[in-house]
Amino acid sequence: MKSEVTLVLVLLLSSIYGLWFRNSRGNVKVHTAPAVSELEIGTKFGSRITLLQFSSAFCTPCRATRGLLRDITKDLSDVKHVDVDAESHLELVRKLDIRSTPTTLILDHYGIEIGRAVGAPKREQVVNALTPRQTPRQTPRDK
Amino acid sequence: MTKVIDSPELIDPRGPRVSASITLVLLIVAFLTHSTLLIFIQLIQFAVGGFISLKKSPYGLIYRMIIQPRLSKNFIAEDIRGPQFAQKIGFLLAVLATIGGVAKINLLFSIPVIFAIIASFLNAIFDYCLGCEIHLLITRAIKR
Repeated sequence: MKSEVTLVLVLLLSSIYGLWFRNSRGNVKVHTAPAVSELEIGTKFGSRITLLQFSSAFCTPCRATRGLLRDITKDLSDVKHVDVDAESHLELVRKLDIRSTPTTLILDHYGIEIGRAVGAPKREQVVNALTPRQTPRQTPRDK
Repeated sequence: MTKVIDSPELIDPRGPRVSASITLVLLIVAFLTHSTLLIFIQLIQFAVGGFISLKKSPYGLIYRMIIQPRLSKNFIAEDIRGPQFAQKIGFLLAVLATIGGVAKINLLFSIPVIFAIIASFLNAIFDYCLGCEIHLLITRAIKR
């Protein structure tokens, strides 16, 4: 009887954690972190936005994420996708507090983080984050 | 584009999930009946899957022979090292539980089995990837 109770309790707690896990993964969230430099990632930033993906060999959705981000950025000349191996960039990983792979950072052209997605990102959320926002004051009518 | 780790071998990611489901059922029965024999069977799966070949492991063979032919061929293959890492963690837990079972030390049997149940449950139901969640954390903490 004791084993049954333990088991039910363990599965219940695991389900709560699992639901939180599934809901939190893949969403693009606003997050602030120290700025990244081109030197640290070993390549130039995109002219408007850089999608900085942290991958590892021990990660199951990393290839799917790579394919998705490549596909989203292939027709956008001002957005660049950069994929780095987290475990060979540990200093950067600690600085940006990357805890799991894949984690994708959305950086502006200064290397400042404007959002991040932990886990395989959801396509529509990434596309939405990449859409340039028009500020009302800049429309010609106001001039 | 910086260098990307390209895997020596790729795998259908649905395989490890099916494997985790079989593991989960077996571990639950083992936990409830306190069966060291079942844990030992699971230990063989973890050993072959983690150290020899996932595809040739018993559950890998079940997946490839019975389930994969019925599924869509449209999937994104993934790095084999993620699920292999999870099998190695499972192997460690199964070794502890087997020792606990043989030596009749109750907690040394139950606690590793509970952890293995949690991991296989999360993997099977929520597509939890142990390698993604803990490998980098461990590397971050240990490597300078």
